[in-house]
Amino acid sequence: MTLLSVTSRTVLRGTCPVLDHVSFDVSAGELIGLIGPNGAGKTTLMRSALGLIASTGFSSLAEMTPGARGRAVAWMPQAREIAWPVSVHTLVALGRTPYLGAGQTLNAADIAAVDQALGFLGLEGYRDRTATQLSGGEQARVLLARALAQQTPLLMADEPTAGLDPAHQISTMQTFAALARGGQSVIVSLHDLGLAARHCTRLIVIDAGKIVADGAPASVLTPERIRTTFGVTAWHQTTEHGVIFQPLDVIT
Amino acid sequence: MNRVIILLSLLVALLFCAALVLGPAQISPLVSLQALLIDDQSPVTLVMREIRLPRAILAGIIGASLGMAGAAMQGYLRNPLADPGLIGVSGSAALGAVLSIQTGLAASVAFALPASALAGALVGVGLVLLLAGPRGSSLTLILAGIAISALAGALTSLVLNLSPNPFAANEIVFWMMGSLADRSMVHVWIALPLIALGAVALASLARGLDALTLGEDAAEAMGINLKRLRLTLIFGTAAVVGASTAVAGAIGFIGLVVPHILRPFVGARPGHLLWASALGGAVMLLIADIAVRLVLPTRDLKLGVLTALVGAPLFLHLIYKTRRDGL
Repeated sequence: MTLLSVTSRTVLRGTCPVLDHVSFDVSAGELIGLIGPNGAGKTTLMRSALGLIASTGFSSLAEMTPGARGRAVAWMPQAREIAWPVSVHTLVALGRTPYLGAGQTLNAADIAAVDQALGFLGLEGYRDRTATQLSGGEQARVLLARALAQQTPLLMADEPTAGLDPAHQISTMQTFAALARGGQSVIVSLHDLGLAARHCTRLIVIDAGKIVADGAPASVLTPERIRTTFGVTAWHQTTEHGVIFQPLDVIT
Repeated sequence: MNRVIILLSLLVALLFCAALVLGPAQISPLVSLQALLIDDQSPVTLVMREIRLPRAILAGIIGASLGMAGAAMQGYLRNPLADPGLIGVSGSAALGAVLSIQTGLAASVAFALPASALAGALVGVGLVLLLAGPRGSSLTLILAGIAISALAGALTSLVLNLSPNPFAANEIVFWMMGSLADRSMVHVWIALPLIALGAVALASLARGLDALTLGEDAAEAMGINLKRLRLTLIFGTAAVVGASTAVAGAIGFIGLVVPHILRPFVGARPGHLLWASALGGAVMLLIADIAVRLVLPTRDLKLGVLTALVGAPLFLHLIYKTRRDGL
């Protein structure tokens, strides 16, 4: 089943394309890492696919009504914004917004979804804590729980591991991997190629607004590709501890 | 949340009755309430129905307007320092009123003052929308609002500056301090429909404002139409604040302080804060209007002066508390 279909999607800033005729499809059960250097267009690609910025070309999500889109995809922007000192439970329950009509309150199914999301991330003990008083890593987990409570077939996250310690980075990726095994799909933009190589089922490399490689991590992360797109050398090996990818030096 | 709403509703009812039975004419509470309900052609009925009732109703609905608009504005901008005056409505409504006083229109034509204040508010909102554009961000809205407020303030000062008539200037200054004295049921009928319309518009924002806790991008991806939310907010605020300023003049601090006080009691949820702040605003303005009648009954203490006098130190206290709690 195709969860997202993007064809020839283009975003212009002035006359300069920041996203240039991008096409890809996402089917169920994939954990897609979106990698590329700073300014390559990773965030633009995701926001354009969601229909949040003016674009040309086709994206199946952008064609939906706002409410239907909210039930088809959950979006975690890079900025981890929590504007008010609300409780963790209230914050996670915001993920049910697309399911509520005007004036409707949370029903049993909504509450179950919130509890399930909290349980999935081990946040049961945090229910009544004030979200703004949590540490950065805890806030990131709470915001992930909000996205899970939305119970969408597709999850898009913009640099969800940025600013997290190694344990939180790994557990975030493991959460995504578990979702993918359960049949959901996740698109996640990453800067840590090691995490991408280890956890993703598929990598899309974007450079200067164009998709330059798309496929399984082993086939995408070639020395050639790493050199031309990222300008670094890397050590890449499949070991008894799984795939290990470590960038080494900048090519000058 | 529900407990807070019930408590505030009871307070509003209590203060509304207090506002009806207190006044310079010494009438016993029972007699006055009886005279209000049963028309016995007596002067007491006249006082109750033509003076105290409109005043109490106006205090309630204007306080509710300012509180609700303040909560909506703070929720939309995700900033506890936002105020309903931010989008320039109160400034431009005041300019409209000042022009009608200065030109003598207010004195010669009945209800020219509230009508021109409303016209001023309408022009102000139109200009803000034109400046901020239909798709602009919250930042352009604030900047456009500040520009319009500054322009309206400058033009108001210009009118005062060039006023050849010291009585008109005096009247303008007093009007701008805000008051509910000598208002009639006609003022209620001018303000009530607009305030009801605006309140319905603002109440419809609850879900969107809740979702905005996660930022504009996340809210939009959850199915919130930000463009419509912004337009509803602007028109709702313009209707309630424009109508309030038109009949009562400029009353400050309620829209800023009330949501700030009530936020911890509703779990900081911007949607719940809307109704709580409406009730809280009504409570605060009813108290203020009772206070101006009790503190200096002979000197006609202006309502806006009192709300600012009480509101500013209260606000400072809240800031101090917020700082101490490290929030």
